[in-house]
Amino acid sequence: MRVEMFTFLIAGAIVLGGALGVVLLRNPVHNALSLVATLFGVAVLFVIQEAYFLAAIQVIVYAGAIVILFLFVIMFLGVDRIEATERDPLPAQRVVGVVAGLGILVLSIVILLAGGGEPTGQRSATAPLSDQAPDIDRLGKVLFTDYVFAFEVTAVLLTVAVVGAVVLSRRPKGDPIDLDEFPDGPAVAHLSLFVDPDDEGPADDTADAESADAESADADDVEVTS
Amino acid sequence: MDPLLSGDIGLAAVLIVLLKVVVAFTVLMLGVMAMVWFERKLIADMQNRIGPNRAGPFGILQTLADGLKLMFKEDLEPERSDPFVFKLAPFLALIPAFLVFAVIPVAGNFSDGADGVVTMFGHETFMQVADPQMGILFVLAMSSVAVYGVMLAGWSSGSKYPLLGSVRASAQMVSYEASLGLSVAAVLLFSGTLSTNGIVAGQSGGQWNLWMTALVPFVIFIVSATAELNRPPFDLVEAEQELVGGFHTEYSSFRFALFFLAEFLNTVTMSAVIVTLFLGGPSGPIPDWAPGWASDFVLPLIYFFAKLLIFLFMFVWFRATLPRFRYDQLMDLGWKFLIPLSLGWFLILTSVKVAIDIGWNPVLTGAVTAAVVALGGLMLRSAVRTAAARHQAADPLTDQAILGSDAGGGGL
Repeated sequence: MRVEMFTFLIAGAIVLGGALGVVLLRNPVHNALSLVATLFGVAVLFVIQEAYFLAAIQVIVYAGAIVILFLFVIMFLGVDRIEATERDPLPAQRVVGVVAGLGILVLSIVILLAGGGEPTGQRSATAPLSDQAPDIDRLGKVLFTDYVFAFEVTAVLLTVAVVGAVVLSRRPKGDPIDLDEFPDGPAVAHLSLFVDPDDEGPADDTADAESADAESADADDVEVTS
Repeated sequence: MDPLLSGDIGLAAVLIVLLKVVVAFTVLMLGVMAMVWFERKLIADMQNRIGPNRAGPFGILQTLADGLKLMFKEDLEPERSDPFVFKLAPFLALIPAFLVFAVIPVAGNFSDGADGVVTMFGHETFMQVADPQMGILFVLAMSSVAVYGVMLAGWSSGSKYPLLGSVRASAQMVSYEASLGLSVAAVLLFSGTLSTNGIVAGQSGGQWNLWMTALVPFVIFIVSATAELNRPPFDLVEAEQELVGGFHTEYSSFRFALFFLAEFLNTVTMSAVIVTLFLGGPSGPIPDWAPGWASDFVLPLIYFFAKLLIFLFMFVWFRATLPRFRYDQLMDLGWKFLIPLSLGWFLILTSVKVAIDIGWNPVLTGAVTAAVVALGGLMLRSAVRTAAARHQAADPLTDQAILGSDAGGGGL
């Protein structure tokens, strides 16, 4: 068996196993970890295709930043217990999900059958491009010549998103609330942004006593010491 | 690309690669043993103590004794832990630390534009386990994977101090990765390649990136690396006074030993990365009359380990000297100081590089860019201040009540 085929089979198994884990496991943290496994498998697939830069970026951006952020939120907001799935906020989404999934499956099978035997993308690229420059050189050249407009627009979009995030989370300078005098102060302010008032609050002990206090407290109690 | 792996790969090539892996692994393990001893002994000296002096000459076998002791201790598993993730986490911390060392060139002749190719058993190769195209990005990828070990260890323990430690860890490591990456980008600007071998080759003849990038990225990299490693003064992840033992509070026996190993491995590999990026790795003066074995292996190895030792010493020195940062100070330093500084410095370096390439006066161009960047920063600052002042004036009370206090941010 050729090395590429061997690697492809292992990476493919990891990708599929991870994807199934994302859907089937009950614990949100396990779901997130399965997602990491899938992303790693895809990165290995990129390496097989000699797309080294893409593989590295896949790991750095997705595994290293985005899923970490997922985990951060899962852990910090204490939703890492098995989630109640009885109440479905969008009843139609299951039907749509099944239909879309089946559609993608059928399409992939059709493409695979029509496209020939090699599963490693044989038809698109069988060898490195003619010049031996590393792929990041070529990528950079294309990005800053042919696609410079799209690149700049994306940069602006990202900047807008960052500024938006900063505006939403900004805290103006001022004297801090005296925690001894108003023990409920910041906890009320923070948790009211996240916790649904109808909910019974996070059932996790890690959210500390602050959350318990927050439920009983009224936001009007908060005053400023300044 | 390693010349060994271009063209057809025979059995000899596979064996050479295996040999390199085994040697790198062994050296790294021994290096960690030595590093633990070095750190304990040095810190003892700095604190007017004697330090380990029982096992072996100068206590050098102390690490071995400790390791054996840990292996035979009872392996505890907390009742409320998540069994699978609890067992997985130490390995997620350890393996990236090992893998990073694979891309570090440790020897080879890099003087006078030589590209570090050595001959082993009749085959040409590099003195590093692998030289992938993505080179330094691999280091960044592995350092971002290393976050998982700490984070999952804390979460899966099912108790609150480890969880707090892991939340701190994830926020800290993700924050400092940004300035780490930006200072690496400054180096890449001058080396023009991602390959670690290429980065070292570009610094031959004493043209270290340390000088080429004018010191600032080097300092930023060291500060960010210390934060990435969770070493003092940024060791809030395992702050004993606040979190018992931090993320590894619930770990005992061999699993704790794995975390301990990973921490010191990371220190060694990060020092090696600093040497590679900024101090020209194994390059150094090699006399013409030196025989092949000396110019390819012995001298470069000496240069590499001498440079490595400087940074190992530095990390220990940090630990002995600096008090721990408060959490909000840590975040302020990362986001409000290091990231803007590294970004601004990167812009200035870019303009200087362009000026050199097309023949403008580099000093003047750099100065103009610095002025423009400073002006932009000042405008942004005044805009933010004006907006905050207006906001405050319009409705001071609701503002505070809705958005909370600064004390809330330090609560992690």
